Amino acid sequence: MAAAFFFYLFSALATASAVMVISSRNPVHSVLFLILCFFNAAGLFILLGAEFLAMILVVVYVGAVAVLFLFVVMMLDVDFTELRQGMLNYMPVGGTIGLIVLLELALVAGSWIIDPGSLKSAASPMPTDVTNTEALGRILYTDYIYYFQAAGLVLLVAMIGAIVLTLRHKQGIKRQVIADQVARGPATAIEIRKVKPGQGI
Amino acid sequence: MTELLWTLFLIVVESLALIVTLLIVVAYLILMDRKVWAAVQMRRGPNVVGPWGLFQSFADFLKFVFKEQVIPDGANKGIFVIAPLVTSVLAIAAWAVVPVADGWAIAKINVGILYLFAISSLMVYGIIMGGWASNSKYPFLSALRSAAQMVSYEVSIGFVIITVLLCAGSLNLNDIVIAQKSGLGSSLLRLPPSFLDWYFIPLFPMFIVFFVSALAETNRPPFDLVEAESELVAGFMVEYSSTGYLLFMLGEYVAITLMCAMTAILFLGGWLPIVDLPPFNWAPGIFWFLGKLLLVFFMFAMVKAIVPRYRYDQLMRLGWKVFLPLSIAWVALTAGVLVAFGWAP
Repeated sequence: MAAAFFFYLFSALATASAVMVISSRNPVHSVLFLILCFFNAAGLFILLGAEFLAMILVVVYVGAVAVLFLFVVMMLDVDFTELRQGMLNYMPVGGTIGLIVLLELALVAGSWIIDPGSLKSAASPMPTDVTNTEALGRILYTDYIYYFQAAGLVLLVAMIGAIVLTLRHKQGIKRQVIADQVARGPATAIEIRKVKPGQGI
Repeated sequence: MTELLWTLFLIVVESLALIVTLLIVVAYLILMDRKVWAAVQMRRGPNVVGPWGLFQSFADFLKFVFKEQVIPDGANKGIFVIAPLVTSVLAIAAWAVVPVADGWAIAKINVGILYLFAISSLMVYGIIMGGWASNSKYPFLSALRSAAQMVSYEVSIGFVIITVLLCAGSLNLNDIVIAQKSGLGSSLLRLPPSFLDWYFIPLFPMFIVFFVSALAETNRPPFDLVEAESELVAGFMVEYSSTGYLLFMLGEYVAITLMCAMTAILFLGGWLPIVDLPPFNWAPGIFWFLGKLLLVFFMFAMVKAIVPRYRYDQLMRLGWKVFLPLSIAWVALTAGVLVAFGWAP
C-alpha cells in the first residue's frame, strides 16, 4: 500500500512539475520545476528498486546538468512572451512530433498487453543474490562493454569538439605560472649593484 | 497496517533523536570553531554567555529568531524564502545515512555514499536560488562564483570516493567502515586491527585531496570566496536577515560537520577504535566516531585561522589542473594495484 501511495505521489508531482516547466512565465522557475521533476523521477526509480540509477540521476542531471541550465538561464535575458509570439508558426511541426511520440508510446504499451512474452527475451532479469549496483556493473562491463566504450567515446568526441569550438589563444596575456614563481630564489630575483655614493644609478 | 504505522513511528522517533543531537553537536562545534580561531589570534573568544561562553550559540540562535525578517522589494519572494530552507533541509537530510556506530543509521541503504554525494551536489541550489532571488548584483555574483566553485570541486571529490570504493568494494557506508578493520597493518605487519588499517595511510594523497576539496565544497576559508568579506560583504546572504540568515548558517555548518563525518568514515575508520584491544575497544563506537569528527573539525578550524584566502583563478587552477588529474591518476593506479596483486574485494 505504501508503495502505491508513493508511486502516485511521485508520478503526480512529476507530471504536475513537467506541466509547470512549460507553462510558468519565468524561465528560472521553469528550470526549478524541471529539477523537481527530476527528483520525482529519481523517487520512481527507487520504487522500482533501481537505487543506483536514482542516485546517478540526481548526481548527474540535478547536480551538474541542471546547474548549468540554471546558470545559462539566469545569465541570458530571455523574454518568453516574445518567444510565444511565433507559437502558431511552430505548432504544426511540434504537434506532429508530439503525435509521433504518443503513437510510439501506445505501440510500446500495446505490445506489452498483446504479447507479454516478447519483453522477456529482451530484458535481463534482476539477480536476487547481489545488490542493484553490482548487478548493473556485471552486465555493463561484460555483455555490453563495447556499447559502453562507444558511448564513452561519443562523449569524449563531444567534449573535444566543444573545447575546440570555444578555445581562443589570445596573444599578449600575462599568465601566472606557479612553477616559475616557486622556482624563483634570491639568485634569479635579486640583482645586487654596487652604487657609488652620491651618484645614484 | 499496524506494522506500517509502527515502522513509521520508529523512523520519526529516530529522526528526531538524530536531528536534536546533531543540532546540539553543531551548536558546540560553532563555539569550538570560534574558540579555536580566537586562541590562534590570542583572544579569548566568546566567554560571556554561560560558563566559558558555553551557551553562546543558543544566545545567537535566539537573537536571530527574534530579529525582523526583511524581504527586499524587488526580490522573488517565493524563491527567496525557499532558498535557506533548501540549504538547511538538504544538509540535515544527508545525515540519514551516516552510520555513527555499527549499524546506527536511520537508513541503511546500499548506495549510501552515492546518496551523500548526490545531496552534497545539491547544496549549491540553496546558494544559487538565494543569490538570484535577492535581485541584487552582489549576491548574484557571489552565487555564480559559488556554483562554479562547488561544481569544480565535486568532480575531484567524486574520484576520491571512487578510490575508496575500489578498496572497500561496497557503496554501503557501514561496509566501508568494516572493510577498514583489515588492511595494511593487519595483513602485512600481522598486528591486531588498528589505525594502521585505515585508508588514510595507503590513500594518503587522496586523503589530502579530499580534505582540501571538502574545504572548498563547504566554502570554508581559505576558499570562502563566496562570502569574502572584503569584496562581497556577506556574499549571497547579503539580503538575508534573521531566520533566513540563521538557516543558511545552520545549513553551512551542518554541511561542514557532514564533510568531517565523511572524512572520518572514508579515511579514518568511522567508529572503529584506534587499536582493537582493551581498554580501547571498551568504549562504544559513537565515542570514537565523535572523537574523529572533532579531530577533523579541529583541522578545519585551524585551517580557517591560519591560511590566507585564495584568489579565484588560483582556486580554479587547483581544482581543475592539480586535483582532477591527480585523483584520476590515483583511481587508475589503485585499480591497477588491486587487480595486479589480487587484492580487489
